[in-house]
Amino acid sequence: MYIGQGIVRQDGRLKVTGGARYAAEFDVPGCLHAVLVQSTIPAGAITGYDTAQAERMPGVVAIITHQNAGALNQHKAAQQTVTHPFLQDGRIVYNGQHVAVAVADTFERAEAAASAVRVRYAPSEAVTVMDESALSRAYKPKQFQNGEKSPDVSRGDEDAAFAGAPVRVEATYETPVEHHNPMEPHATIAMWRGDTVAVWTSTQGISGVQETLASAFGLPKESVTVVCPYVGGGFGCKGNTWPPATIAALAARHVGRPVKLVVTRPQMFTSNGYRPKTIQKIRLGAGRDGRLLSIRHDGFSQMSDPMLGEFSEPVGVVTQMAYSCRNVAVTHRVVPVNQGLPTYMRAPGESSGMFALESAMDEMAHALRMDPLAFRLANYAERDEQKDKPFASKGLRECYSRAADRFGWRQRNPTPGSMRDGRILVGWGMATSTYPTNRRPCHARIVVRSDGTVLVQSGVQDLGTGTYTIMAQCAADRLGVDIARVSAQLGDSRFPQGPVSGGSATAASVLPAIEAAADALLARLAALAALDPHFAQVPPADIRLDGFDLTAPGRRVPVLQVMARAGLHTVDAEGSSAPGDAYKAHSCHSFGAQFAEIRIDPDFGTIRVSRIVSCFEVGRLLNARTGRSQLLGGIVFGIGMALQEETLVDRATGRIVNSNIADYHVPVNADVPDIEVMTVDAPDLATGALGAKGAGELPMVGVAPAIANAVFHATGRRVRKLPIRVEDVLA
Amino acid sequence: MQPFTYVRPDTLEQALHEAAEPGASVLAGGTTMVDLMRGDLAAPRRVVDIGHLPGLSEIDLSGPVLRFGALARMADAAEDAALKRDYPALAESLQLAASQQLRNAATLGGNLLQRTRCPYFRNGVSACNKRVPGSGCSALDGEDREMALFGISDACVANYPGDWGTALAAFDTAVEIRSAAASRTVPLANFHVAYGDDPARETVLEQGEIVTAITVRATPAGRGSTYAKVRDRQSYAYALVSAAVALEMDGDTVASARVSLGGVASKPWRSAEAEAVLTGATLTEAAGLRAGEAAFAGARPGRHNAFKVELGRRVVARAALTASRRA
Repeated sequence: MYIGQGIVRQDGRLKVTGGARYAAEFDVPGCLHAVLVQSTIPAGAITGYDTAQAERMPGVVAIITHQNAGALNQHKAAQQTVTHPFLQDGRIVYNGQHVAVAVADTFERAEAAASAVRVRYAPSEAVTVMDESALSRAYKPKQFQNGEKSPDVSRGDEDAAFAGAPVRVEATYETPVEHHNPMEPHATIAMWRGDTVAVWTSTQGISGVQETLASAFGLPKESVTVVCPYVGGGFGCKGNTWPPATIAALAARHVGRPVKLVVTRPQMFTSNGYRPKTIQKIRLGAGRDGRLLSIRHDGFSQMSDPMLGEFSEPVGVVTQMAYSCRNVAVTHRVVPVNQGLPTYMRAPGESSGMFALESAMDEMAHALRMDPLAFRLANYAERDEQKDKPFASKGLRECYSRAADRFGWRQRNPTPGSMRDGRILVGWGMATSTYPTNRRPCHARIVVRSDGTVLVQSGVQDLGTGTYTIMAQCAADRLGVDIARVSAQLGDSRFPQGPVSGGSATAASVLPAIEAAADALLARLAALAALDPHFAQVPPADIRLDGFDLTAPGRRVPVLQVMARAGLHTVDAEGSSAPGDAYKAHSCHSFGAQFAEIRIDPDFGTIRVSRIVSCFEVGRLLNARTGRSQLLGGIVFGIGMALQEETLVDRATGRIVNSNIADYHVPVNADVPDIEVMTVDAPDLATGALGAKGAGELPMVGVAPAIANAVFHATGRRVRKLPIRVEDVLA
Repeated sequence: MQPFTYVRPDTLEQALHEAAEPGASVLAGGTTMVDLMRGDLAAPRRVVDIGHLPGLSEIDLSGPVLRFGALARMADAAEDAALKRDYPALAESLQLAASQQLRNAATLGGNLLQRTRCPYFRNGVSACNKRVPGSGCSALDGEDREMALFGISDACVANYPGDWGTALAAFDTAVEIRSAAASRTVPLANFHVAYGDDPARETVLEQGEIVTAITVRATPAGRGSTYAKVRDRQSYAYALVSAAVALEMDGDTVASARVSLGGVASKPWRSAEAEAVLTGATLTEAAGLRAGEAAFAGARPGRHNAFKVELGRRVVARAALTASRRA
């Protein structure tokens, strides 16, 4: 079995030697460069452009505005389509909205021309920030979780239970606007040939790009080719097909030449979504025995003008299943402000919602004078009480106990401020992690070639997580061939269609499709062999692949020999898969336990995370090496959420203030402590053939509250607003 | 970025001649200049690259005046064993600045000239008197957590971001400047200009002038010095508050004190107030805190940076204690 082993990632060497080619790096002859021009007011209308100066600048080919862009179809083609702003009208609904694009023969000339474009505006009133005073504008989302769920869910009678609860906790928590900031910015090269267009683009979903462009330009899907072999980080901001990809194709059509559009780092803050700010009101009621009597979670999530679409951070979805409790009420509201459309960002809803819920759980444990872990165990959910379904698998109890033991949780002195190392305050905190197991329909193809190699192909994406490698592992296992023969290809719309890489669903979606393709390929090889004189009178069902030979009792012929005799250079087969009945009959989640130790210099209020011990239950860990990396990376992301990440908005203008990665902080190596991750290896066969549950988002859920709870433990100060900064704990 | 002509003279004299052209800017390590150009915050018509010029990158610590060639790299000074031993505040200010990659490229002279990180200045769009004189200051009513508390006015509250300049301010530092016609030496205290009525002006450097060296009068206080820096992450971040303290001790008593503050002022900020409290005092934590209090007595906090007053008090105290142990 290759699955499970720490196979080195297939694309690793290419990446570290610069051989992996990312979207902006494809060499397309005659390619021009496009640079976006963005609005400098938060609301209003464009009354005119002055482009003459820019048009006269050296190397400039075109300045495209809504007045000369040409019409595009703005219907939402796929769930992942974002249709505004496409340079189709002069309305401005946020500061940093695309209003024009400059095309020139070099990037620098396009940039200079873009800065010379003058836009005239008629400004109107804007609300740029969601704060308590803006909550009066809140409304119920119309397309909550893509219309698949209701924003308001309840069971029992939360009001009455809370009113009667002997111990009550009620608090408001806040998470800020955060931006994904992948290393690789959004980039697209678009090239038209007649009525077909090819794009090289950085995306988490080539299928979505294909559908979006086909729809925008009125083309059949087959006329759009999308290529994305590598993604330099996505974290959700490349899940949707954002307007810059469409604008690149529009510009290429406009100038009749290939065009490359790379979104600049500052523009990354207004071009491809963000995690919206949330204000979350939570109240918990409990008995003195430590049993939860009621949970209420009201989430408010910042939204753009509805013209741009709709996204709400689903903070309370996890609250519905996290703990055993009879009386639960959850609501979600969105608050429109003059900002861009928010979007999925790693564990959308779970990471932000669990910051609030797991902080509140810690507050309740403290109020009950209970150990935080014991309190969670006292309210352990044996089944999903909201869906009223059993969990497909739930190894959380084991996660708690293994991580707690390893961390040394039993040595924790519960009194805040009691644990010190000299002057340094030490804090221990913990939180629960969970994330749904998602799975989507997926197709794959396997090709055996006459040179003895095996190709496995699917139109999925590798966000840097190791998808290439697990695809090869899976195909090698199912076919029973040496993995050295097998290589994977993905990120090309000419391959069998795969789903968007989001929701930690790629592995669970693509591997079963590969298994189906492998089975189909084996059948095809057997059928081919049956025609071979060596296998005369042997029914195909009795012919097996062994190594790289086709065998039946007493007979053995190399595959390549069978293919050569049949005159074939390649043999291929396709397979597909979709979530099955077992998946639908269960509540499918992965789980984990996060334990954090922090150290605070009480003079300065500086917080250092000194140790994190986590145990995750992700079903079967498909690759010990890449899986571990993914878990570590998620935890680091969580440290950033807890202590650093925050997008600042200038209230007066709605402009993003820290739109660069010098001022928008993410953790550096020195911020990352000794992290120990363990996994409960338990294949979850209800969720998919190989029993993998997804590891991309789970590991960041619970990190921020574990750290916030540790801050409370160290200082006695409850910080309910992220990120936690020096001034929050400066005594 | 705007179009420009790039020239790479072979000698300093040629460079000075080129730099005197209207619209010319000097490029050394490029770590800040290129950033400014990419953001349209600097749009020189002529870029005069001096990074390769010989004779400007020596570091000489042997004489009564320490001499740092303007083109010496931050990393060279940060890793200089003698500097680490005799002037730890200077070495630490460099070690705690930027990233190793930037320190390898950035020059000591250029470092003094880095411009504020004020986001309203940097974003190229917001009203900013520094960028567009007379347009107003967006930071006054905006996100001012990283703005200055000293040396500010209603026209500008931007912060000087440098660590090296801050540490140098604690010593008797001067800046050697050349132009095609002349040379002059300006005390560091007069080199940077506090952002008063004319926030667009940050130094006294004139068109055509090039910083050629930084000199520091040798002092035994160097050994008793430290640079303390508090920031939002462990590395690669500007100071929330920093302090350089250099002491000469007579037993437990402070014989002489030098204190400068960073992250809180519009220029490297020497604190005579803190020095007065420390001088002659028996150095205890309480005395350090009193010095810190004196240092920040004149602070003018905004809406989100008031915490720096208390934080700064403690940073000064910590730095004073560390320095005293070394003295």
